[in-house]
Amino acid sequence: MTKRFALGVFDDEDVLLHAIENVRAAGVKIYDVFTPFPIHGIDDALGIERSRLPIAAFFYGLCGLSFALWMQIYMLGFDWPMIIGGKPHISLPAFIPVAFELTVLFTCHGMAITFFIITSMYPKPKVQVMDVRSTDDKFVMAIELKDGTSNLGQLTQLLRDNGASEVNEKEMTKN
Amino acid sequence: MQHVSPVREPLVTGGKTYHDITQDVCRQVEAKPNIRWMAALAVALFFLGVFIYSVYRTLWYGIGEWGLNKTVGWAWDITNFVWWVGIGHAGTLISAVLLLFRQKWRSSINRAAEAMTIFAVICAAMFPVLHMGRPWQAYWVFPLQNTFGSLWANFNSPLLWDVFAISTYFSVSLVFWYIGLIPDFATIRDRAKGPIAKVAYSMLSMNWKGSAKAWSRYETVSLILAGVSTPLVLSVHTIVSMDFATSVVPGWHTTIFPPYFVAGAIFSGFAMVLTLMLITRVVFKLEDYITLEHIALMNKIMMITGSIVGVAYITEFFIAWYSQVEFEQYAFINRATGPYWWAYWSMMTCNVITPQLVWIRKVRYSIPMTFVLSIIVNIGMWFERFVIIVTSLHRDYLPSSWAMFSPSIIDIGVYVGTIGLFFTLFLLFAKFFPVINMAEVKTILKYTVDNGPTYTGHDPHHTPTPHHATPGVPASAPVTYTKHD
Repeated sequence: MTKRFALGVFDDEDVLLHAIENVRAAGVKIYDVFTPFPIHGIDDALGIERSRLPIAAFFYGLCGLSFALWMQIYMLGFDWPMIIGGKPHISLPAFIPVAFELTVLFTCHGMAITFFIITSMYPKPKVQVMDVRSTDDKFVMAIELKDGTSNLGQLTQLLRDNGASEVNEKEMTKN
Repeated sequence: MQHVSPVREPLVTGGKTYHDITQDVCRQVEAKPNIRWMAALAVALFFLGVFIYSVYRTLWYGIGEWGLNKTVGWAWDITNFVWWVGIGHAGTLISAVLLLFRQKWRSSINRAAEAMTIFAVICAAMFPVLHMGRPWQAYWVFPLQNTFGSLWANFNSPLLWDVFAISTYFSVSLVFWYIGLIPDFATIRDRAKGPIAKVAYSMLSMNWKGSAKAWSRYETVSLILAGVSTPLVLSVHTIVSMDFATSVVPGWHTTIFPPYFVAGAIFSGFAMVLTLMLITRVVFKLEDYITLEHIALMNKIMMITGSIVGVAYITEFFIAWYSQVEFEQYAFINRATGPYWWAYWSMMTCNVITPQLVWIRKVRYSIPMTFVLSIIVNIGMWFERFVIIVTSLHRDYLPSSWAMFSPSIIDIGVYVGTIGLFFTLFLLFAKFFPVINMAEVKTILKYTVDNGPTYTGHDPHHTPTPHHATPGVPASAPVTYTKHD
C-alpha cells in the first residue's frame, strides 16, 4: 500500500519548532518529523507522550535483583550448602556484588530490547527514508496526503509561510 | 541562523554547519584508507601476530611458559588485566558520568572513548582467561552445575564477582556504544554510494529514520543507560580491587583499595583517552572538534585523579605504620627500599610527580607535553599494579619462600601483543565507524560561533567581527570569551 506525503524541509530546528506549533494550530495532522539529532522541546510541540521506559527499566532492574538473590541463595544455601571461609551458607553481604551486577545487566538489556521493539528497530538490508538529508542537516516534517481531503497547494503555502525552505511530495510504500 | 553565546566558550571551532560535521566525520569512513592508516595497521597486526604466537605457546605448553613461580603466582597477567580494565573506565566515565553531569564537551570525544573501553575490556579479559591454564573450561566460572553433581560456583569469592562485573561491564558498554552509533550509521547509510556499504550500514543502522518519537525514546534510553553505567563503572573497579583487598596478604589487605583503584582507573583511562585523541585529531583532521579546550579539561581530570592516587599511596604508608602490624609495615618498607624499589619509585615519579605539571597552564594546553605526559601516566599506572601485585607477593609471611619474579619472553609477548590487539581493533573502528558522535555534536553546535568571532584566549583588546542578529542576543552584544580557569 502506498501513501503520499508532503514533506516540508527546514534548515533550522528553531524554525521547525515554531512551524510544528503553527501547523498543528492550523488543524493539520503531522505524520512524523525526521531530524538529524534530538531536539529539545519537540515532544511538547508534537504532543509526544512521556516515555514509560523508565518504569520498565525499574522493573527490569527488580527482576535482575530478585533473580540474582534467588540464584545465590538457592545455589549456596539450599542446593549444595558449603561452608566457605567460615561464612554462613546464606552470606548476604557477599552476594551483593553479583546482585548489583545482575540488576544493571537486566536493566540495560531489558531497556535496549524494549527500545528496539517500541521503535520497530531491527537489522534491515534496505531502509526507506522520507528524505536522505534528514540524517544530515535537514529537518523534515511529513504530512500524510489523504485522497480528496488534502489540498497540496494549501499545505505547501502553509509550510512555506512557516519557514520551510522546500516542500516536496513523496510516495512511500507502507512497510 | 546562528546562535552566539556571549558567555560560553565554543565547543566546536571553525564555524561549522550541520552539514560540515557530517562531511568531516564521514570523510574518513568514505575515503579510501590512507597510507598512514595502512602503516599503523600493519604495525598493529604485527603485534597481533606476537599476541597469537604467545597465546599459542601459553596454551600448548601451559602456564609454565610464563615467569611465575610458587611464590609469585600472579604477576604480569593480573597486572595487565587490572591495567587494561582501568584504561577501559575512562570511556564509560566520559559517556555516562559526564552525560549525567550535563558536561556538553564530552560529545566530541565520547564515541572514541567508548570504543576504547570495549577494546580495553577485550584485552583485559584475555589475561584471567589465559591464566586459568585451561581456558577451554572457562565456562566453569559461570553458575552451571558441574559434571560431578550440583556443585555450584562460589559466590563468596571476589574472583567470581569479577566474572560477573567484567562480563556485565563489557556487555553494557557494548550496548551503550552501539545504541549511540545507530543514528550515525543511518547518516552514513544515507550517504553511501557502493552497494556493499549501503547494505552493511543499513543493517547496522537497524531501520533508524530519526523520527521525533524515536529520538525522544532514544534520549530516555541513553539517560537511563548512563544512570546505570555510572555506578557500574565504580563497582567494576571496586570489585577488581577486592580481588586483593579481601585477602590477608600484607600490602593487599587494605580498606582503601576500592576508591583508590577507581581513581587509578580514571587516571589511567584519561591518560589513554588523551593519547588516542591526540593521535586521532591529527590523523583524521578533527582539530575543530577535539579542541585544545577538550585536551585541557581531560588533563585536569587526569591531574585530579592522579592526585587522589598520590594521596592513596601516602595513606597506605600511614595506615601500615599506624596499624602496628609488622608484616604490613615491612611490606611497605620493602616496596620502597626492597629489590623492587625501582618499580616503586617509577610509579611514584610517573603518577604523583609528573601529573602535577598540569597545574601549569602552558602544559595543560600544550599538545606535545600532554602527549608525553599521557604516556608517562600509562607507564606509571602499569607500574602501580605491578608494585601492588608483585612486591606484595614476593615476600610475605614466610621468609623461606621469598622469591623474585622476572618475566619470560612469552609474558612480554602476551602483554605487547594485547597492545597490538587493542590498536588493531581501534584502527578498524576508526576506519569503518564514525569516530565522532555526529548527532550529538550537532546538538551542541549552537553553543558555538559561526562566521563570527572565534575564541582568542586572553586578549582584552580583541574586537569581534559583527555577527548575525539572533533571537535572544542583541546584535550589539559584545562577543568575547574570557577564560575562567
